[in-house]
Amino acid sequence: MIATLLSQFNMLAVESGGPVLESSGWLLENVWLIPLIPAISFVLIILFGKKAPKEGAEIGMVSIIAVLVLSFLTMTQWMSARDQAVPTTDGEAAVAVLDQAVGGSGEQAAAGDSVDDGAGETAQSFEAAVDAEGGESGQYLPVVRDTDWWSVGALTITVGTMVDGLTVMMLVTVGLVSTLVHLFSLEYVKGDTRFTHYYAFLSLFTSAMLLYVVSSSLLQMLVAWELVGLCSFVLIGHWWEEKANTDASMKAFLTNRVGDIGLLVGVTILIVTLGTSDVLEINRLALNGGTSHLVLLVASCCLMAAVASKSGQFPLHTWLPDAMAGPTPVSALIHAATMVVAGVFLIARLYPVFWEGLSIGTSSINLMAVMGGFTTIMAGALAFVQRDIKKVLAYSTVSQLGYMVMALGVGAWTAGVFHLFTHAFFKACLFLGAGALSHACHHSFDMKAEMGGLRKKMPLTFWTFILGTGALAGVPPLAGFWSKDELLAGAWAGQEQGYPIIFIMGCIIAFLTAAYMTRVIWLVFFGEYRGHDHPHDPPLVMALPLLVLSALAVIAGFFNLPHTGPFKNLPDNIAERFLHYVEPTYFEAFPVVKHSGFITWIALLSIGLGLLAIFTTSMYYKKCVALGVTELPNGLTKRNKLFAAGYKFLENKYYLDHLYTGIIAGGTKGVIARATNWFNSNVLDGIVNGAGRSAVAGGRWTYKNIDQGVVDAVVKGSGTGSSGVGQLLRGIQTGKVQQYGALLFAGVTVLAAVFIVVV
Amino acid sequence: MENEFLTDWGLTLLVFAPLIGAAIMAAIPRESEGSHKMVALATTLVTAAIGIWLFVDFDYDRAGDLQFVQDRSWIDLIDSRYIVGLDGLSLPLIALTLFIVPLVIIYSWNHIPEPGNPKAFLMLILILHTGMLGSFVAQDLILFFVFFEVVLLPMYFMIGVWGGPERQYASIKFFLYTLFGSALMIISFLALYFLSDTGLVPAALAETTTLGEHTFDMRALPAAVSGIASGTALWIFGGMFMGFGIKVPMFPFHTWLPDAHTQAPTQGSVILAAVLLKLGTYGFVRIAIPILPGAAMSWAPWIGGLAVIGIIYGALGCLAQTDMKRLIAFSSVAHMGYVMLGIATLTELGINAAVFGMVAHGLITGMLFFVAGSIKERYHTLEIRRLGGLLKQAPKMGWILGMCTMASLGLPGLAGFWGEFPAIMSAYNPAEGLNVELFRFYMVVAALGTVLAAGYLLWLYQRTTFGTPSEEFEDDPNIHDLGGPEMVAWVPILIAIVLFGVLPGLILDVTDPAISGLLAASLGG
Repeated sequence: MIATLLSQFNMLAVESGGPVLESSGWLLENVWLIPLIPAISFVLIILFGKKAPKEGAEIGMVSIIAVLVLSFLTMTQWMSARDQAVPTTDGEAAVAVLDQAVGGSGEQAAAGDSVDDGAGETAQSFEAAVDAEGGESGQYLPVVRDTDWWSVGALTITVGTMVDGLTVMMLVTVGLVSTLVHLFSLEYVKGDTRFTHYYAFLSLFTSAMLLYVVSSSLLQMLVAWELVGLCSFVLIGHWWEEKANTDASMKAFLTNRVGDIGLLVGVTILIVTLGTSDVLEINRLALNGGTSHLVLLVASCCLMAAVASKSGQFPLHTWLPDAMAGPTPVSALIHAATMVVAGVFLIARLYPVFWEGLSIGTSSINLMAVMGGFTTIMAGALAFVQRDIKKVLAYSTVSQLGYMVMALGVGAWTAGVFHLFTHAFFKACLFLGAGALSHACHHSFDMKAEMGGLRKKMPLTFWTFILGTGALAGVPPLAGFWSKDELLAGAWAGQEQGYPIIFIMGCIIAFLTAAYMTRVIWLVFFGEYRGHDHPHDPPLVMALPLLVLSALAVIAGFFNLPHTGPFKNLPDNIAERFLHYVEPTYFEAFPVVKHSGFITWIALLSIGLGLLAIFTTSMYYKKCVALGVTELPNGLTKRNKLFAAGYKFLENKYYLDHLYTGIIAGGTKGVIARATNWFNSNVLDGIVNGAGRSAVAGGRWTYKNIDQGVVDAVVKGSGTGSSGVGQLLRGIQTGKVQQYGALLFAGVTVLAAVFIVVV
Repeated sequence: MENEFLTDWGLTLLVFAPLIGAAIMAAIPRESEGSHKMVALATTLVTAAIGIWLFVDFDYDRAGDLQFVQDRSWIDLIDSRYIVGLDGLSLPLIALTLFIVPLVIIYSWNHIPEPGNPKAFLMLILILHTGMLGSFVAQDLILFFVFFEVVLLPMYFMIGVWGGPERQYASIKFFLYTLFGSALMIISFLALYFLSDTGLVPAALAETTTLGEHTFDMRALPAAVSGIASGTALWIFGGMFMGFGIKVPMFPFHTWLPDAHTQAPTQGSVILAAVLLKLGTYGFVRIAIPILPGAAMSWAPWIGGLAVIGIIYGALGCLAQTDMKRLIAFSSVAHMGYVMLGIATLTELGINAAVFGMVAHGLITGMLFFVAGSIKERYHTLEIRRLGGLLKQAPKMGWILGMCTMASLGLPGLAGFWGEFPAIMSAYNPAEGLNVELFRFYMVVAALGTVLAAGYLLWLYQRTTFGTPSEEFEDDPNIHDLGGPEMVAWVPILIAIVLFGVLPGLILDVTDPAISGLLAASLGG
C-alpha cells in the first residue's frame, strides 16, 4: 500500500519535469526551500494579510500545501536514493567515503576563498554498504550541504541542511499535521480578532520547526529551537487580554529558558571541545573517541535539561499543561505533535553523544531512561484527576514524550522515533477532537460540567476520538500498539544488558494510559449530556482533518510491521519499512544498535494490561452512569484516607507549581530582588553619596578653617548634612566646582606620589 | 586606499565635521528652530557620508591594520602627537555612532524635551558626536583622554537641563563619578608615559613616526612598556580599570547609571546606552589589555567575577524596579556584564563577542529607550503598575517593544544573541594561564543570567503591553500609535537588529582580524 502511494508521488514528481528527480535527489540538496516557504508566508501575512480577502489564511494555506508536497517529494527522493544504495561488503570503503564526506568541511574552510558565494558543498550522498544485520541494508549517508556562517579564529560555525531518514520523517510529520491544523483553524479561529496574526505565527512556527529538523549545524538547531519557543510563547498568549493566558505563555517561555541553560552549556561544550558545529562530525567524533567520556557525560546531562524543558520531562514539564491556554489547534500542532518532540529529536539527532555519554549501550539503567520512565508514570497519574479534557491530553502528551525518551534511553532508537511518528497523528487527532467538542459545548473543556452523552449528538467526533484513543491506549492493530510494543520489547531486550526496571515502568504506563483514556471516553461520550448547548458535529473543514488523522491513527503503525516471530514471513518490502528508511546506517557516525524484534509474550502482556485497564475503568464508570454522577460517592478516595491524600497530592500536581512559581520565582522576584535593590540604593549608593557628602564636608571644613573669611556664605543654604545628598551635591554644582577641582588634584597628587614610590 | 585626500584627511574630517555643523548652528538665531533641525540633521548625514566613504575605501583584507592613519606633532613638550587611525575594532563602533546619532536627531524632530531650545540641545548632540568619534579613532593616550572627556560635558548639560525632576542630582553624580574614574585613568596614562622606553619600539613602527624619549603613542606603548615591573603594571592597570570600569559601568561602580538614564531626556538615554557606555569597554580592548597584557592576565579573574556578579545583580535589580526606564537602565548593567565576561576571557572569541555585544546592546537598548521615551510622552508616566494594554492602544509600538524585549533577552536570530552566547562559549576555554574551573563556573552563572533576563523583560512586557489599559488611560486621546519621525528613526534600527542577528559575520569578519592582531601582539596568540 505504501509502495503504491509512493510510486504515485514518484510519478507526480516526474511529470512536473525539470531536474526534480535526478538520481542524486535535487530536493535532498535543496531542502532549504521547505522552511523558506512558510517564512516568506509569515512576512507576506504580516504585511498584506489584513487586506487579503481571507485575512491572510489563504497565504498560509498555499504555503503549507507547498510545504507538504515538497516534503513528500523529498521523502520519495530519499527513499529511492536509499533503495539504490548498492550493498557491498566492503566496510572500509564505506568508512573512507564517509571520512571524505564529513571531513570535507575542514578542507572546504581552507579552500573556501575560491568560492566567493560560500555555497561550498561539503558532503554529497554516497552509496556504500556495510553488511549490518541480515545484509539487507546498504549504508547510506545523509545528504549534507552547508556553508560557513561565521568564524572567529580557528572556530568556524557552519549553517546548512542535512537530510536523512529522520529529517524526512519529521518533514512529512510536521507538514502533514501543520496542514491539517491550518485547515481546521479556518473554522475554529474564524471571527477571532487576531485571525491574521494567528495564521502569521502558524507559518512562522512551521518555518522554524522545519528549519530545526533540516539543520546540519548544532548552532543552527539552537537558533531554530528558540524560534519555535518564541512562536509557542506568542500562540499560547494569543488571547493576551486575559492575564491567565499571558501567565501561561510566560511560564512556558521561562521554563524553557531554564532548560536552555543546559542547552547553551551543552552546545558550548560540544562545539568548543570538538571544534566543529557540524552535527554529523560531532556524532562521528563522539563515537570515535574525539573527546573523553567525561566531557560527553557532562554535555549529555546538560542537553538532557534542555530536553526536559522542551519535551516536558520531569521536573520541567509543568509549563506544558498550562500551555493549553492557547487555541486548541495550536495545542494539537505545537504542544502535542511537533514542537514538544523537539527534545526527543535532539536526542535522536545527537544520539552518539548520548550513547557514549550515558553509556546507553552497556548499562542497564541511565539518566535518560529513568527520566523518561519516571515522567511517563508521573504524568499518567496526573491525567486521572483532571476535569479539563485538554489537560488530560496534555498530561498524556507529557507521559508519551516520556515514553519516547525512555525508548531512546534503552537504545531502542527506532522504537522511540517511531512512537514520535505515530503519536503525532493520534494525539493531534485527539486534540482536534477536543477542539471540536469545545466548539460544540460553549467553548468549554470541562468534561464534568459541560459534556457527557455526546456519542449520539456528535457521532463523527465520537468515532474519530475512539480511534485516537484506541491508538493511544495501544489497542491492536491501531498505530500506538505497534510503536508501544516495539518500545517495550526494546526495553526488555536492551542492548548488552536488558533494562528490566524500565520495562516494568513501561508496563505500568501501558495500563495507566488505557485507564485514563477510558475515563475520558466515559465522561465525554456516555451518560447524560450535562451542558446547556446544542452540540453537533463540526462542519467539513474541521471534520476532514479529524477523519484524516483518525485514519492515520489506524494505519500509521503498519509502516513498521515487525519481521520476526509470527511476522517473519512478511515480504521484505512490507515489514520494517520505517526501520529501513529512517534508522541511520552510517555506522561511523551512528552506533550499531541491537533490535529486539517482535517478542510475542510482551505483545500479549501489553494487550492484556490495556484490556484490563479498559475493563476496570469501564466498570467504575458504568456504575457512575447508572447513578448519573461523574464520580462514585463511595469510591476509594472517599473511603480511604491514604487514597484521599494521594488524590489531593495529584490534584496539586505534586506541589511542583507551588515550588516553582511560588517559592523560586516568587522569591527571586520578591525577596531576593528587593534585597538587591535595597543593597543598591542603600549600601552602594550610600557609599557614593557618602563620598560626595564627605567631599563637600571636607571642602567646607577646609574653607572654614584654612581659607578663613567668607564663612557665612558657605554655611548658608546647606544644612549640616541632614538636608539630603541632592542638595549637598547641588552645593558643589552651584559655584564651588573649583573646590572639587582642588580636591581632585590633591587626590591625583597623592596617587602620583604612590606611583613614584612604587617605581 | 587609493584616495590620497581620504588617506590623509578622512578621519580628521569625520571627527570634526559635527563641530563645523555646531558652529554653523551657533550663527543661526535661536528662534528658527526648523533650520536648526535641518542643519543638525544635514551635519550628521554628511558625517555619516564621510564615514561611508571611508568604509568603502577601507581595505577589509587588512582589517587588522590601522588605516587612514594621520600622525602629526601636537604637544611636543610631552611627546603627545595627533594620531588617528581606523581598524577593524574601531570600525563597527564608529559605524554604530554614525548610525545612531542621525536617528536621534530625526527623533528630536517633534520630541524636543522640556524646556525646549532645540538650538542648544542639538548643538550639544553634535559636540558629543565629535567626542565619541574622536575617542574611537584616537591612537594617542592624551588625544584619547581629551575626546573621552569632551563627551562628558555635553551629556552633563543634557541631563542637567533637559532631564527629569531629579536631574540635578543625576547629572552631577554622572559627571563626578566619571570624572573620578578619569582622574585615576590619567594617572595611569602618565605612569605609562614616564615608564615607557621608546628604545624598545620595533623599528618598523619607529621609522614611521617621531618618538621622543617617552611616548603616549598607543601603537608604540605595548612594546615601550614591556619592560616595566609586573607589580607596577598591576597598579597602572588598576587605574585604567577604574576609569573604564566606571564608564562601562561594572558592578559595583554602576550606581550612577540608573539615575543618569532615568533622568536623562530620551535622546540622552539613547546616546548614553548606545555609544557612551562602549567607550569603557572599548578602552579595555584597545588600551588596557594590549598595553599591559600581563597585568590583564592577573586582573582577568576579578574582572570576570565582577562581570558575572553584574549579570545576576543587574537582573535582580531589574526585577525590583517599578519604573520602566530605570528597569532598562539596570538591564544595561547585566548586558555589559556579558561584554566584560567576554573581554575577561582574553580569548579571540570572547573579545569578538564583546565587540559584537557592544554593537548589539547599543542598537537594542537604544531602541528600548526610544520606546520608553515615546511611552512616557503618551502616558506621562513610566510607572509599570499604571501601564498596561499598550498592544491595544498602540499596537505597532507594542509589537516593536515586543521585538526589542526579545532581542534584549538574547533570542537567537536577533542581534543580542551573538553578543551573549559566544561570550558564554568563550568562558568555557579562557586564555591559557587563566583558571579554567573558575571561568567555567562564570560560564554557568552567565547562562543562568539569561533566564533572569527573560524573566524581567517578559514580566515588563506582560505588565505594560499585554492586558487591557487601566481606566486612567482608557480614553486618553493623547495615546496614539507610532508617529512619522518615530517610524523613520526606529525602522532602520529594527532592520539592523534582524540583519546582524541573521548574519553575525557582517561584524565578526571585520573585528576578528583586528582582535587576533591585538591578542597576538600582546598575549602571544
